[in-house]
Amino acid sequence: MKRYLVIMSHPPHGSIHVQEQLDVILTMAAFDRSVSLLFLDEGVFQLLRGQTAQQYQHKETVAIFDALALYDVDDLWVETESLMEKGLSLEQLTLPVKPIARLEINALMSGFDVILGG
Amino acid sequence: MKFAVQINGSPYAGPAGEMAYQFVVAALSSGHTVLQIFFYFDGIYHGLAAQMPPGDERQFTHRWHELARKNNIDLVICISAAQRRGLLSLEESRRQNRADQDLAPGFRISGLGQLVEATINADRFIVFPGS
Repeated sequence: MKRYLVIMSHPPHGSIHVQEQLDVILTMAAFDRSVSLLFLDEGVFQLLRGQTAQQYQHKETVAIFDALALYDVDDLWVETESLMEKGLSLEQLTLPVKPIARLEINALMSGFDVILGG
Repeated sequence: MKFAVQINGSPYAGPAGEMAYQFVVAALSSGHTVLQIFFYFDGIYHGLAAQMPPGDERQFTHRWHELARKNNIDLVICISAAQRRGLLSLEESRRQNRADQDLAPGFRISGLGQLVEATINADRFIVFPGS
């Protein structure tokens, strides 16, 4: 069966992007696909603990991320350099994610059949 | 080789539409098959019926329709992304007690399941990102 990697590189509440990406991820999970996620660039903020979108009347995407494990979406990666550039540490993230160095991302990606970016 | 394509950018806000079009034309002319083009995020604006750019400009919507008709490509617009942005098919607008038909000829509206199926059936899946 094909393995899917979704690249999460958008900030959480600047647009509808993350919410619509989550819709794709949940649909793939509903079709019993094997889905992994890679957080990089501004995308590392998607998992920052303690955030709220209340004042924007935007959906709380962190709550959806927290529910992903129920759909067996639990192979999560975060690019170490992106975390450092944003001044974040793994402990500040709401889910257990595996750190991966920028130099290793190419090798990680080559293990997947379908990659969804953008 | 069988390709499936996803377009995430609107026609005028970036290069996604033009790049995807050139890619699909090149793939077809090299003897490949393009099974489906899935329009998501702001990419759904490619299927807006009433787009009327001046005659000497690119006619995105019409161009997709012609390419799909000649090469049997399934042009699918995501229903949830389309509804959120006000692009309604005739069936959907009737359900909402409206009279619009916003969906351009040659396109159809369906769910994200179609995207997943296309990734399963295609040998290669190519995304053209938006902004």
